[in-house]
Amino acid sequence: MPNRIKLFKIGQPSRPPISWGDAIVLAGLSILIYAGVRLAIGAPKVIQGPEISLSPSALPLYTGLSLGRMLAAYLLSLIFTLFYGRAAAYNRRAEQVLMPLLDVLQSVPILSFLPVVLLSLSAILPESTAAELASIILIFTSQAWNLTYSWYQALTTIPKELREASTIFKFNSWLRFKTLELPFAAINLIWNSVMSWAGGWFFLMAAEIFTVGQRDFRLPGLGAYLQAAADKGDLRALAWGIGTLILIVIALDQLVWRPLLAWSDRFKLAMVDSDTSPTSWFYDVLRGARLLDWLGRTVFLPLNERLDARLMRLFPANFEPSEDERRRSLGSYLLYGLVALGLVYGIYRLFQAFFALPLDQWRMVGLGLLATWVRVMLALVIAMAWTIPLGVAIGTNHRLAIFLQPLVQITASVPATALFPAFLLFLIHLPAGLNLAAVLLMLMGTQWYLLFNVIAGATAIPQDLRYTTTMLQLNGWQRWRTLILPALFPYIVTGAITASGGAWNASIVAEHVIFNGRTYNVTGIGSVIAQATASGNYELLLAGTLSMVFGVVLLNRLIWRRLYELAEDQYRLE
Amino acid sequence: MNNSLLELRGISQIYSGGTKQFTAVQDVNLTLSEGEYVALLGPSGCGKSTLLRIMIGLQQPSQGYVIYRGERLRSVNPQAAIVFQTFGLFPWLTVLENVDVALKAHGVAAKDRTPRALDLLDRVGLDGFETAYPRELSGGMRQKVGFARAMAVEPVLLCLDEPFSALDVLSAEALRGELLELWTSGNIPTQAILMVTHNIEEAVFMADRIVVMDKEPGRVVADMQVVLPHPRQRKSPEFLAIVDRAYALLAGQTQPESLEMGTAPGEPGRTRGLPNIAINDLAGLMEYLAESPNNREDLYRLAEDLKVDSDHLLRLTETAELVGFATISQGDISLTPLGETFAEASILARKEIFATRIRRLPFVRWLLALLRAAERQRLQRDVLKTALELEFPPDEAERQLETIANWGRYAELLAYDDDDDIFYLEQPGAQY
Repeated sequence: MPNRIKLFKIGQPSRPPISWGDAIVLAGLSILIYAGVRLAIGAPKVIQGPEISLSPSALPLYTGLSLGRMLAAYLLSLIFTLFYGRAAAYNRRAEQVLMPLLDVLQSVPILSFLPVVLLSLSAILPESTAAELASIILIFTSQAWNLTYSWYQALTTIPKELREASTIFKFNSWLRFKTLELPFAAINLIWNSVMSWAGGWFFLMAAEIFTVGQRDFRLPGLGAYLQAAADKGDLRALAWGIGTLILIVIALDQLVWRPLLAWSDRFKLAMVDSDTSPTSWFYDVLRGARLLDWLGRTVFLPLNERLDARLMRLFPANFEPSEDERRRSLGSYLLYGLVALGLVYGIYRLFQAFFALPLDQWRMVGLGLLATWVRVMLALVIAMAWTIPLGVAIGTNHRLAIFLQPLVQITASVPATALFPAFLLFLIHLPAGLNLAAVLLMLMGTQWYLLFNVIAGATAIPQDLRYTTTMLQLNGWQRWRTLILPALFPYIVTGAITASGGAWNASIVAEHVIFNGRTYNVTGIGSVIAQATASGNYELLLAGTLSMVFGVVLLNRLIWRRLYELAEDQYRLE
Repeated sequence: MNNSLLELRGISQIYSGGTKQFTAVQDVNLTLSEGEYVALLGPSGCGKSTLLRIMIGLQQPSQGYVIYRGERLRSVNPQAAIVFQTFGLFPWLTVLENVDVALKAHGVAAKDRTPRALDLLDRVGLDGFETAYPRELSGGMRQKVGFARAMAVEPVLLCLDEPFSALDVLSAEALRGELLELWTSGNIPTQAILMVTHNIEEAVFMADRIVVMDKEPGRVVADMQVVLPHPRQRKSPEFLAIVDRAYALLAGQTQPESLEMGTAPGEPGRTRGLPNIAINDLAGLMEYLAESPNNREDLYRLAEDLKVDSDHLLRLTETAELVGFATISQGDISLTPLGETFAEASILARKEIFATRIRRLPFVRWLLALLRAAERQRLQRDVLKTALELEFPPDEAERQLETIANWGRYAELLAYDDDDDIFYLEQPGAQY
């Protein structure tokens, strides 16, 4: 084959950082938050939290409750994913709105919505229901986007021949979903589910321990248990709680995710066998079980056959060629008009609310944003300082990897927000204690993304290049500069993007805490939002939340995305 | 017509890319009769795969229509099946399940499916491999599953989209023989086979009729009958005569220089794109020809000796023609004195000869003039791409830029900075 060298990046026109679609999406989101804040005005001034028992015998119930919330949100995310991704992948006009929306939603610090969602829901629902619902919505918003994105990506990258085969052999939409789309997306979906669950724990813990001023939004669950234990200084209960959480996370990993990953290996598209397939002892045990085998043959198989037959009759294959673009009808014009009108009105009201906010409070928001940004950067720098050397060591040294990898994985699986009450217990009395705790929480939430990416990057450095640097007698810093850092660059950028997202989220929980009946604050956008929630200053809540959203989206577009494109373009080892 | 199965009437496929429209297929009229094995032969980019998809109803043409058994085809043809180049098997289903799912979608009852699928697999010689996954099989065996699956729906029209080109030489040969055996024995309900290929020899070996297509725009240029009994002998003079004729048709005749070179982008007339070829390959061809008797060779023999497929070879010979290193006439290629000099020259002298030759091409002249006129004699890649998109479809414009960057770098006429995406003129004597 001639000229296989890729000279140019293909099909990547340099995009402006903010497009029209983004602007509309951001405006819509702002209006939604505004509506939430309007609704929140009716929220009760004092909200009584639940009694939390510190006895270990209460733990099974709390664990069950926490798990139930996670499960509910995850199912919601899956349903959302299947429909949203499909609409975006198969309808070109929907795609133009849905994809920018997803992109913005993905980069928004979700925890900043927590106060607005909690307050607005508690204005219309009984408090406990509101808190439950808010936690589920919050977890949903942390789980759904990456799942949806991976489903969309799978649907749009199904090889043309497989798609054509399913058309020419007359698969109906059910059969196509079952034999083509779902298997093709399976591996990605499962990996993303693992990530979603890890993220979900982080947010669930935050939602379970959220208290501001007279409003105690805690939910009975593991997070509230940890908070109560730390509050009372009950080290034994704290240990019990953290132990249970670690146990649950490990059990889920061993009994659910690993078996699923091992099972999903069959959905690899690669036509060659690789020798690094995921393995799972539990999956092997299940596969060896006679009972399951028997159940499969006598129950599952006929059921599957019946289901297929039913669904194939219900939805006969559609032979019409796809993409028969209809002319825009009057109705859709009317709809667009209404949406545009709603946007204009919403923005008008939004600005009204903004102008009502005194200038010194705006200064507070700006200062808070800056302070939190400094904290985020500090956490990133600290994280890089230790993850890069360690990651390279683990990635290039097999013996070290065998020993350290599982250890790192377990430590990383504990949601940082769950440990936060424990940090407080030890740090709050130090000078600048909360500042320290806030940076520490950000660090805990961010460093693992970086570490895992660095390990992956270091493992991917080709042996040839390593030999070459040895041959050229490049040592020490020279070796790092010519080989290791450039090779790691894309991985570091990817890790840092995720990490900074996590750090912004952490600020909501970390900058304003009530501990042992006392309120602690540090300067930061998270504390601005929390204080506004506590005092019922709704203009400030709106301004704070929106500033954070806009600030983070802008940072993403102007800095991270450019770095990412640079990394993909110049430093990717193919 | 009495036994015509499929007719194409005035089929055109036009894509609009940016401001200009590009014709992928232009005004094709074609009739397929029952009992015919037709090969659609042409270089890559001539729209033959597009035409196959239009014939089967996977794609709607911009103009014209398809008539199947007297009725206009408006959706996917329910009596057709495809065998794909890269098999199109579901990797997560076993061999048996891959065939089974086609039967299921076809509405065959559960209890009949397994015996029928087993029978089909048995017929293509895959007995014993039912529970294997496609990735455990060799390319040839995977394609057999592809054939078994296509046969499962008992297609009246069987379409083959380059079915042998992803296989190694030996299994491709074996599979060709087995397909012909199935077809000539009449044991299958298939009434007609349409095979898309860029391999001239394969077309002559298999088909009763060869429809030859050419590119820019994709169109039918010839329709030849192959009246040789099966099994055909590849070395027989009759066989070679047909192969030779096909090469002559596809390689064309070297035209007078002005016609051969076309016009520059932006000028009236057809812009001649650069064939996507690495200079090393061209040098290899020149050296080979220089050692041939009389500096001359039959194209079909060349393909055999050099072990390159006919598509790649034709692009190479097109390049040789374009820079005046060789002329082509009636399926033969002969070296010009210039080509001979090139073949014998040193590395640096080769670069110089190549540079003087491509300087004459209107396309290159245009680019150099643009660069000379530009500020600091440099131009953004995107600017050039936009200009080229007026002449070529977007991905072809991309390929053209890639080729010109390669050629220009080799000839030291221009340079390309990959970091900043900038083309600039090579300064004579400049040191880096």
